[in-house]
Amino acid sequence: MEPESRLQSERLQQPDGSPGPTGTVDGSALPAETSTEAIGSKQGLSVALRGLRAFYGDSEQVRGVDLDFRANEVTAIIGPSGCGKSTMIRCINRMHEEIPGARAAGEVLLDEMNVYDPSVDVVAVRRAIGMVFQKPNPFPTMSVFDNVAAGLRLGGIRSGGSKVELRAKVESALRSAGLWDEVRERLQEPGSGLSGGQQQRLCIARSLAVKPEVVLMDEPCSALDPIATLRIEELIEELKRRVTIVIVTHNMQQAARIADRTAFLLGGELVEVGPTQQIFTNPSDPRTEEYVTGKFG
Amino acid sequence: MSAAPRAGLPERFAVSAARRRRDWIARNLIVLGTVIALVPLVLILYYIVRKGLGAWSATFFTTDPTGNTFFKSESIGGIKSAILGTIEIVALASAIAIPVGVGVAVWLVEYGGDSWFARAVRFFVDVLTGVPSIVFGLFIYIALVTGTGSSYAAYKGSFALALLMLPVVTRSAEVILAQVPDGLRESALALGAPRWRVIFGVVLPTALPGLVTGVLLAVARAAGETAPLLFTAATTLKTSFGLGGFMNSLPVQIYRDVTSPTTAVVNRAWGTALALVTMILLLNLIARLVARRSRLA
Repeated sequence: MEPESRLQSERLQQPDGSPGPTGTVDGSALPAETSTEAIGSKQGLSVALRGLRAFYGDSEQVRGVDLDFRANEVTAIIGPSGCGKSTMIRCINRMHEEIPGARAAGEVLLDEMNVYDPSVDVVAVRRAIGMVFQKPNPFPTMSVFDNVAAGLRLGGIRSGGSKVELRAKVESALRSAGLWDEVRERLQEPGSGLSGGQQQRLCIARSLAVKPEVVLMDEPCSALDPIATLRIEELIEELKRRVTIVIVTHNMQQAARIADRTAFLLGGELVEVGPTQQIFTNPSDPRTEEYVTGKFG
Repeated sequence: MSAAPRAGLPERFAVSAARRRRDWIARNLIVLGTVIALVPLVLILYYIVRKGLGAWSATFFTTDPTGNTFFKSESIGGIKSAILGTIEIVALASAIAIPVGVGVAVWLVEYGGDSWFARAVRFFVDVLTGVPSIVFGLFIYIALVTGTGSSYAAYKGSFALALLMLPVVTRSAEVILAQVPDGLRESALALGAPRWRVIFGVVLPTALPGLVTGVLLAVARAAGETAPLLFTAATTLKTSFGLGGFMNSLPVQIYRDVTSPTTAVVNRAWGTALALVTMILLLNLIARLVARRSRLA
């Protein structure tokens, strides 16, 4: 590990109790932490793909991608359906391998540490790299509160300490997801009773509660109406101060609105990556230009 | 049904008389089929209630059968030992079959997938479902009664019933667990939860109402079985709480009473049948209540 690396590899190898960089994982420094700034106390980490390849059985869906996601930036992945966008980001937190017959090759560097290294604990990787899915899917048996607390409880961290500390963490995550004011009176109601947009922000809060350094979003707005979409986009803008965000989107206007950098994928290969402005106005590859101007896809 | 054709309606929009007729015939055939299916059900319930209620009395549930079959001056006794025996035997059978059955289902859904071993397990579970109940009784009789040179015992009856319940519990639990959306598992895994915590924290709670329904149906089926108990738990008259000794049960009591030459004893069989049906009905009601109280839509 490089000395300047901000990642403490120790944390990634011992998920059950060793304190994270800010000492908050075991709740030791907590109760005061109720403000929105709580999660902001930590910076995002960079992610780099090196020769990443992903397979479903014998079919290769991601064909050797090298791509850097800079810390505390929003990087959008665009490309036509079936180009491997979702598969690629699912490799970043090693969710890809959960599908029977699926495997990945190459390296994913989380601040210089390869998450595919055999000595790395996959559970710890997923705590450091959160994920928000296309369909809002709060746990149906859990209340709003329990949904947000789920990551802390299921993760084997001893409930994050006392009830007071757990409450503080849940409130902090809900505030960060911009949902607190809407649900503070309904914390014990089922999470599935919220509106679609609220459910998706609940899912964002759920992933923020375990304090990830990177958040992957797989078309998080595609099931939402325009107003709910706008709320999520504002939220992403807000969140990038705290975490690194990688977002897959079918909506090019959305990419243009929220992303610092945009990557264009085609047939499992990276065609081009650059500042969003440049990708949309002055792409260097003709295929990118055809795609962003709507000639195909 | 629709009103008479309106004057001035263009002909191509009018429902033809032939179609009306076919619709009428088809609807009435369906109603007729439903009625035919309901006839035996209603008749069975009617006879059990009419004949059974006559046998019920204040002491019917509080006294053991006396074994007296010819002296009209003496009481023939009630069915206390049979009710308690059924509860004890079925409780032990459930304590064996439910954890094992649900465990097998969890393995099949969460780990087995489509492997050859999982397919083999499914095949044998299906075969077991179709095995006549007397075969389970014979198996236990050979293995635990004559095989060990010992005698009948309540726990041996429980083993036979557990074998009978096992495939039913496994199959119903597998179907229910497979219905838990994969998105929930993925979300929980992506939060950094180890797989076993995903199963216990998300999958099983989400499936719980369905699991309870399936389990109670298996319990109800086991409670009504005579054949596996006849030569495993044997017959006795006295109330017993020792699972190592002989034990009475409702189906066996019915079996014994109905073959008696004495009218009063045959009538007790009807009363016992009504008690058994009522118990099973209560179990089903509980299953429905549990399903309704859950938060799952």
